[in-house]
Amino acid sequence: MEEQRPILQMTDIHKQFPGVKALSNVQFRLFPGEVHALMGENGAGKSTLIKVLTGVYANDQGTVELEGRTISLQSPQNAVELGISTVYQEVNLCPNLSVAENIFIGREPRRYGRILWKEINRRASQLLKERLQLQIDVTKPLHSYSVAIQQLIAIARALDVSAKVLILDEPTSSLDQNEVKQLFQIMNQLKNEGLAILFVTHFLDQVYEMSDRITILRNGEFVGEYLAKDLPRIDLVSKMIGKELHMLEDIPKTTEGRIGMDEVLIQATALGRQGVIAPFSLQIGKGEVVGLAGLLGSGRTELARLFFGADRTDQGELKLGDVGGTVQSPKQAINQGIAFCSENRKTEGIIENLTIRENIILALQANRGLFRTIPRKKQDEIAEEYIKKLNIKPSNPEHLVKNLSGGNQQKVILARWLIMQPKLLILDEPTRGIDVGTKAEIQKLVISLSREQQMSFLFISSELEEVVRVSDRIAILRDRKKIQEMNGQEISQHNVLQAIAGGNSTHG
Amino acid sequence: MLKKQYLPIIVTVALFMVMFVAGAFRYTGFFSLQVLLNLLIDNAFLLIVAIGMTFVIISGGIDLSVGSMIALTTMVSASLIQNVGWSPWVVIPLVLMIGATFGCAMGALIHYFNIQPFIVTLAGMFLARGLCYVISINTITINNTFYMSMAQTKIHLPGGNFISISVLIALVAVAIGIYVAHYTRFGRNVYALGGSEQSAVLMGLPVARTKILVYTLSGFCSALSGVVFTFYMLSGYGLHANGLELDAIAAVVIGGTLLTGGVGYIAGTFFGVMIQGVIQTIISFEGTLSSWWTKIVIGLLLFSFIVFQRIFTTRRSSRRG
Amino acid sequence: MARLMKHHLFWPLTMLAGLLLFNLCYSPDFFSIQIRNGHLYGSLIDILNFGAPLIVVAIGMTLVIATKGVDLSVGSIVAITGALACMTLSKSSDQNGFAVVLLAIVISLVLAIVLGLWNGLLVSLGGIQPIIATLILMVAGRGIAQLITSGQIITVSSPRYNYIGAGSLLGLPFSVFIVLAIFITALLLTRKSALGLFIESVGTNSEASRLAGIRSRAILISVYAFCGICAGIAGLILSSNVSSADGNNAGLWVELDAILAVVIGGTSMNGGRFYLSGTLIGALIIQTLTTTIYMIGVPPEITLVVKAFVVLVVCLIQSEAFRKKIFERRKYRKYSDKAEVTRHA
Repeated sequence: MEEQRPILQMTDIHKQFPGVKALSNVQFRLFPGEVHALMGENGAGKSTLIKVLTGVYANDQGTVELEGRTISLQSPQNAVELGISTVYQEVNLCPNLSVAENIFIGREPRRYGRILWKEINRRASQLLKERLQLQIDVTKPLHSYSVAIQQLIAIARALDVSAKVLILDEPTSSLDQNEVKQLFQIMNQLKNEGLAILFVTHFLDQVYEMSDRITILRNGEFVGEYLAKDLPRIDLVSKMIGKELHMLEDIPKTTEGRIGMDEVLIQATALGRQGVIAPFSLQIGKGEVVGLAGLLGSGRTELARLFFGADRTDQGELKLGDVGGTVQSPKQAINQGIAFCSENRKTEGIIENLTIRENIILALQANRGLFRTIPRKKQDEIAEEYIKKLNIKPSNPEHLVKNLSGGNQQKVILARWLIMQPKLLILDEPTRGIDVGTKAEIQKLVISLSREQQMSFLFISSELEEVVRVSDRIAILRDRKKIQEMNGQEISQHNVLQAIAGGNSTHG
Repeated sequence: MLKKQYLPIIVTVALFMVMFVAGAFRYTGFFSLQVLLNLLIDNAFLLIVAIGMTFVIISGGIDLSVGSMIALTTMVSASLIQNVGWSPWVVIPLVLMIGATFGCAMGALIHYFNIQPFIVTLAGMFLARGLCYVISINTITINNTFYMSMAQTKIHLPGGNFISISVLIALVAVAIGIYVAHYTRFGRNVYALGGSEQSAVLMGLPVARTKILVYTLSGFCSALSGVVFTFYMLSGYGLHANGLELDAIAAVVIGGTLLTGGVGYIAGTFFGVMIQGVIQTIISFEGTLSSWWTKIVIGLLLFSFIVFQRIFTTRRSSRRG
Repeated sequence: MARLMKHHLFWPLTMLAGLLLFNLCYSPDFFSIQIRNGHLYGSLIDILNFGAPLIVVAIGMTLVIATKGVDLSVGSIVAITGALACMTLSKSSDQNGFAVVLLAIVISLVLAIVLGLWNGLLVSLGGIQPIIATLILMVAGRGIAQLITSGQIITVSSPRYNYIGAGSLLGLPFSVFIVLAIFITALLLTRKSALGLFIESVGTNSEASRLAGIRSRAILISVYAFCGICAGIAGLILSSNVSSADGNNAGLWVELDAILAVVIGGTSMNGGRFYLSGTLIGALIIQTLTTTIYMIGVPPEITLVVKAFVVLVVCLIQSEAFRKKIFERRKYRKYSDKAEVTRHA
């Protein structure tokens, strides 16, 4: 395979955003008739690279060659015209149009300007049948089919636009097992027909099942390109996370001298939500920090959201101490003393148009109701206290929160929940995109609150080191399942890494 | 061949037939072809304006300026013909162009500055209505022979029935509307735009052009409707067609078009207009019922259709998600 | 100065001042206020008096717009409440009886709240877009108003009722006091309770608000109910001012003027921060504009043209895309064509 010429070659790609180096010196090549997985954790630059390749962003430096000729990608349309097609996880077709029309819109066969519907329907049926073995009624609107079928239809459109390169961006995330199997069959067939496929996924099993070659990015940099068969799972994960297995120091953890941790604060029994996370059981003790480790998309956030009632559970139960209360909505969760910092600060955390002070007191005020208002003086005191305590900058409480840096916004949300003095604080990626200093501050805060105030934590982070440092116990998730728990002595970056990567089972 | 996506339009057609048959049973002289044709004669202008509105709503927008645009058209036509003495052959193309330009400008504002269609067309509504009064605050009566003949000519049909020239114009407009919506790329792009603007962009469809053209088309339709309205009223007046945008929106919704965009049929709008006409006719036949019942019944219909649509779309999205 | 210009009331106040200044130059007696029979008379008083219903409606509309919504049905609610009040009065034997007038007011306001709740339920529980949800009542409401009045213009002769919209207290029109009362109530409700904070929070980001434990549905419903009652009060003022109810024309287009007043006052149609005092000034600007145009002898209908341009300018300023385009253009010019810049400067 090595002698073959790559159909697509990206060389020394650089992309700079204001203040952030998103890609530097990234190489990527794709051969016809292979599936190439692009791997990396959050912020690794995967999506930026794909956006460069699909013409959404222009690269600052470097060249993109297609079939040996240097191309410059102006727009998504331009990329499609050149033969680079993308199928996204969120299907980017029009749900209201018929299947056939979705395949042909913008390039409908016409005679004297009149669209030939019969021709469209005939060609669509034929295309789906011949290339994807799909026999469906193409005159029905797209939304009457499942996401899996919609994805296949998107692939059909891409193929018919004469794709040379097909990018599948997390296509399996919303599919069930059988649907994944069907998609893989089609991918294999297309591969054998000579199509070059770029495959992005978070599921390690799927990477090894499908891909011939793997490129790994980390922090916007190129880590390496490997043949899948030559790269053991554990190496893949350690390269993604940036830790070599043998280099991981193992500091034994002790829970000595911790009081009250045996007292159960909250207990989830067979809690789950169809298609989102498989039923799991997890208990959190008083003053205990439970870490959730797993790759992006492994179900960490989904698990946490069920604890907070942000999504409805459809199986199992959640019991708080001896009360046995349930959590149906965020409001109820807050009443029971549970708080949640979402990983999406902008969309689920801060209220942009409000000031730092207002953002800080928001949850407390919501909990007190409309009329038991917090006096303005008290608000100022609280705000100032926490601005000082968490070192929020700027320190003016009347500053609009939208003008703050990410780290300071995170601290504002932390302050919002800390003033509630919750029994359980759920932190989803609290240190993502935050400078090193602030990161350490937040970690220290978690540890000291759990020791001194008996506050319990559910701590989610993609950074192995961080989870290991702060957690008393770690639950490992893989492919939307809780697979293991680690306690005290067991907890080490080495062990966690191995658990995340999983054994040699071929398909979960 | 009865497909689920045609359900809303089937409901509309069935509703129209039920109403018409109910009227026929209840009132003597109701069940005649001429009553049916009168529905067309009295609502020709509404039909034309509703076609443009259908396109706008399918694209996911709204156009509040149509009623005012009709008034402006009657006013410009009347003043040019009566006060300046221009020929109708110059005046009619001119007002049609004014309407299209007006719509085009609104579409450009909506697209390029990303302002809500509601607000932009609201400004358009104020502007067009205000410009009427800049021309004159009084009614200008038209006694031009061409307009008179257009107003009075009856096209006789076999069986002693007749229609007006305006009906012919409206029916041609409906036919063209159906063709454009179903058989041209522009029409299909409008549907795609209403279904998902983001997808339309990613699929490489000309979103900017389509959006602006949709409002241009709506402006053109309101101007054409204004011309027909001038034939109907034989005058120009700033208060003409006051609140007509609501009737047009109601007709479109009752015709089965989703107010959230993406789904709708010109043929449905045709029946939406006819239902409004039938309600008026029934109320006038009833005698004891007063005209305001029209508004209440239309409001109720709007409510049921919107709730119906809401259930229809939630079920759809729950299946997707 | 820069800080002054950034204050949210700066532009509305400047506009109002500009309008008043124009009037001062055009006809100096615009500002003259005379005392006749212990009542104050003059253009300024007229503006306050005729502007009262608009201000009241706009106050309710402000809160709705702050939640990222809009209420198109206020005009219809104005007509319905006026009609119901007048109908109740005209049906009774003693139109001026205190109990009857009180009953008329209470019944109409209760109906106004019910109509507001209806809108709120459609928006919050039904999940229907506000424009669409309130369109229903906008269309049907006129019919309901005419149904109540049987299509007639109902006139009542009840000095007590007439006092609401045409009476005067301490020399000022009584409606001015109603406006003040509602304005202060709204201010207290939103700023002394947490309602204002919750409205701004829900209007800015409803999902984040839900996760912070705010019951956004209840907030939405109460905001539409409040808007309904404001429209109801405006309906009472309007109908009592002329001692009659006209189901067809009362409150016609008031929803559009109210939206305009809110937007001029600095509250964005995208929801979030709201400014009740800005709305107050916005409504006064509109009323002053109407009065001014009337005074300089131009047909009052031409106000519409001016309004159209005001809407456009305000929306363009609020449009991020527009600001970006202007900004980029400037930057572009600075680099590419310095000569031109200096020449123009």
